[in-house]
Formats: sequence, C-alpha cells, structure tokens
Amino acid sequence: MSTQTHIQANKTLDCQGLACPMPIVRTRKAMDELEPGQVIEVQATDKGSLADLKGWAQHTGHHYLGTVHNGELMRHFIRKSSPQELKAEQMHPLTVTGQQLEQKLAANVGLTVLDVREPAEYAFNHISGALSIPLNELELRIGELASDEEIHVVCRTGYRSDLACQLLAGKGFKQVINVEAGMNGWTGSTEQA
Amino acid sequence: MTSTNSILPMTAAELTRKVLQREKLLILDVRSESDFRKWKIEGEQIDSINIPYFELMDDVEPALEQIPTEEPVLVVCAKEGSSILVAGLLAEAGRDNVYYLQGGMKAWNEHVEPVKVGDLTGGGAIYQFIRIGKGCLSYMIISGKEAAVVDAPRMTEVFEQFAGKQGVMIKHTVDTHLHADHISGGRKLAEPYKGTYWLPPKDAVEVNFDYTPLEEGQTIQLGSAVIRMEALYSPGHTIGSTSLIIDDHYLLTGDSLFIESIGRPDLAGQAEDWVEDLRETLYGRFRQLSSEMVILPAHFGHPSELGDEGKVTATLGELFESNRGLNIVDAAEFRRQVTDYLPEQPNAYQEIRQTNMGLKYPSDEEQREMETGPNRCAVHDR
Repeated sequence: MSTQTHIQANKTLDCQGLACPMPIVRTRKAMDELEPGQVIEVQATDKGSLADLKGWAQHTGHHYLGTVHNGELMRHFIRKSSPQELKAEQMHPLTVTGQQLEQKLAANVGLTVLDVREPAEYAFNHISGALSIPLNELELRIGELASDEEIHVVCRTGYRSDLACQLLAGKGFKQVINVEAGMNGWTGSTEQA
Repeated sequence: MTSTNSILPMTAAELTRKVLQREKLLILDVRSESDFRKWKIEGEQIDSINIPYFELMDDVEPALEQIPTEEPVLVVCAKEGSSILVAGLLAEAGRDNVYYLQGGMKAWNEHVEPVKVGDLTGGGAIYQFIRIGKGCLSYMIISGKEAAVVDAPRMTEVFEQFAGKQGVMIKHTVDTHLHADHISGGRKLAEPYKGTYWLPPKDAVEVNFDYTPLEEGQTIQLGSAVIRMEALYSPGHTIGSTSLIIDDHYLLTGDSLFIESIGRPDLAGQAEDWVEDLRETLYGRFRQLSSEMVILPAHFGHPSELGDEGKVTATLGELFESNRGLNIVDAAEFRRQVTDYLPEQPNAYQEIRQTNMGLKYPSDEEQREMETGPNRCAVHDR
C-alpha cells in the first residue's frame, strides 16, 4: 500500500516519540471513547508498538486491521469490536460460502460484491473488484446499487453483512446474498487500496 | 498492607551476581511470548513466568496467582517501561519485594562481568569477561604493564576501565575469527595505545580495514615477563578460526570448542565445506595437545556451563570425556549432527558479519538491535 494512502479513521491518536508501554496505555484509554465498530488510527514511532498492539488487540478482542509504514512513523489501524458480532444469529435466508463465491467469481467476472466494512478495513484487504459502502452509509448510498442485480454482501464475520442484506431486502432488492463467515472465511485472492 | 508499597530497581550487575551465585529468583517477564521464547534470562535457580504486559493492564490477577506472596519477584521487559508499569500494578495489589530490571533486556544484553581465571608465570593474570545475557566470553591477559584482549565486544568501556585500574595498557587485541553473533570491539579497543589488532587472514578476505594477520605458529609477546601467546589454526566454525595458547597452559578456543558443545560450521554459509575442517580441528589437532590444557571458549550456551564464580572453563581432558561434540565416533554421524538440525541462526548474523568486515556502519541503536538475543554459535544451542 502506498504510504500516501488515505485511510479513514474515526479518531487519530498521536503516540509519536512515546516509548513502550505508553502507545498501548494511550490506545486503551482512547478506545473507551469510541463506539463499537469505529476505527482508531494510532500513530507511533516505537518499533515494538506493532507487535504489542497486535497482541493487545488479540487479547482484548479488538480487530487489528493493519499498519501503514511511513519511514519511522507507523500508522496502526484498529477497529473497536462489538460484542454482538461473534455471537449474533444471522437472519437473512440467502447465503453463500466463501468457496462458492470464489467459484462464482471465477466463472463470471461481472458479479457484484458489496463490502460493508469500514473504509480502513477495506483498505487493508478486500476481494478484488468489491464495491465499498460501509454499513452505516448504506441507506444513504443505496442509489449506487441496482435492485434487480445479484449482490453478494461481505463484511468481516458475516454479521454486518447480514444486517445489510436485511436492509436491502426490505428496500425491495430481490437477490442479495450474505457471504458466510465474511473475510475471516475468505481464502481467495484479495487486494489493497 | 496498603497501596503505598513501592517498587525497587535491580541493576543488570546485581542480577548478574545473583545468577553467578546461583541465588533463587522468580522473574515475571512481560514481553511478548515470541520475544520470551527466543531469548530470556536464565540461571540454575531462576524461575520465569511470561505474561505480556498488555494482558495485565486490565487485570493483574493472572500474574498474582503465579507469584507466591512472600517471594520477591523481578519484573522484566525490553527496555524497562512496561516492567515499571506492571511492577506498579503488583505493588498496588499489595505485594512487597517487587523489583524491575533497570534498563530491561537491553541492559542485560550489554552487561559484562570480569572474573579472574588464574595467574600467569612472572606475576601476570588472565581474566574472563562474561557477557552473561548473550553468552559471550572475552579475555584479558595481563603481563607487566601490558594487556591483550581477545574477542572483545563492542562495549569496550568495561575493558578500558579494568585496564586503567590495573595500571596496564591494552597493546594487543585479537579476534579469533570473524564473529557472526556480536559486533567486535577489537579495533576500537586497540586505538588508545596504538595497539595491534589481530585477525585470521582467511576470515579477513573481504574486510575493509587494516589488520595484522594472525597465523599458525605466530607468537605474541606481552609485557616484561614475556608471556607467550601462540596461534593454533583451528578452522571449522569459520575457515580462519584460530585458537590461542597462552603461557603454555590456557587454550582460548574461540568458537571451535565450547564446554558442552562445539562451534557450528554454517554461519558463514559453508557448513558442507567446513565439516571436515571442524572434525580435523576437534578430533585431530586438539587431541595432540596436553589434556591438562585449560579451555577458555568464546561462548556459553546454557547456565549449566557457568562454574565457580561464574567462570566458564574446563580442562581439555574433561571435555574429551563429557563434551557431546567431541564424542561422535562416526564421521558420517558427525557430519549429520553439525549440518542437519542446527538451531536458528543468531539474530541479524549476516549484518553483524558485514559490520565486522567494515562494510557496514550501523548506528549505536541499530547495533544494539542487531545484537538482540542469544549468541547461538554452538551446534547444540536451542
């Protein structure tokens, strides 16, 4: 990813020049002020901050998205987890597994894949050709989609995409299909912004 | 107990004495699991627990559970910042005797402790300098008003201070081979008294500086009592590796022969070619020496190799009895052991070799970073 890439975050935390453990201490505090699902950008210069933030995110259940290196500066992106994501039951009846979608895409390049994750998540890793509309913007940007088309909706785990499918079905979309297990279960090729 | 419990610093020097005196100590290492697995503080009586600091910030209970209430605990991290944080949390939870390692693993890596090995004819002496955190051993040989230093690390101050106290000038510095695990201080240490820097020429083919070739049979005279240092070509770990016989009694083996293991032949990228050399050195050349010869290697790999007062030494006869690498009768089996199943290489070993050849000039901070971790120069290191 280019060092100039713009990645959207809900909050930016400046930890430049701070040594271990301060980047983690500050991030932990800043996280309390975020809503679940929001993304924080942590700017740090301490080399150990990368491994430690990854470890901390894994321990706490937050979602480490990736790091953009810009010389000494590292821009770490972390998404605050929401407790519902992993346990929630998915409601939308039409689903496809990652492998099935991979096969469909191989057979038909024109298929629509809609990625409803946050822009920062999309930036680090998404299915080639996927369209990015975050869940919270979907209602507003629904005009970008054709209601008679087959649309495969993907997020990280299948939870947000399930909500998106329900929203689209409620608006008269006939062929929306949830991608089970989301990007977590995706083994096909991906690209970065 | 109240929340006024305070935490106390422990220096790398204090910790070194505890390890060398085989004192019991519990360590809570708060670095990541992978850092801990690669390299940690070891001692015969040291017990360690690893829980990363970022797992203890919300709840220190998992650490408290594993630390007996009455026992002192030393909290350790990379530089000291997060160990102070966690030590503070333990003290707040009511614990006494909570220490943190001042300067963290960085300071531990750089601490060098001198120990006297023995006397030389005519009043001289030989000292072993133990870099305990990394397992590196250097030597100072003193005779009259002169000193020689063998396999010096980049932390040269401790040698200069020691020489100053003894009132001697460092006139010779020697590297027994081109090191792959640490950055040599040999050239730097030779500067103040315009001393001679010796290096085996076969390891110096690509170097970018002047040196004096250390070759088989070469003798170095030291001081008024004229201590003889004689070079003995002992290739295998590197093609140039050369041992030094001091005062006809001590054999400085560099990285060819250690106490519990032998040098690995692969760090310069030529394991296959140098196996025969290594075998001939260990099973041929060294066999011809007196079994009374006192072996002084350039590394240790395990705390069990630390003897009285921390000294790492044994006679050649003892090693022919007990050293794993000296007791592989079958040549094919020897080849297999020293080329297959070798441990991971030392951290940044290629960059370290380049630096020691004068082809690279990393900053102090980069040098520190490159030298992270154990020396891993022996065949049997983990």
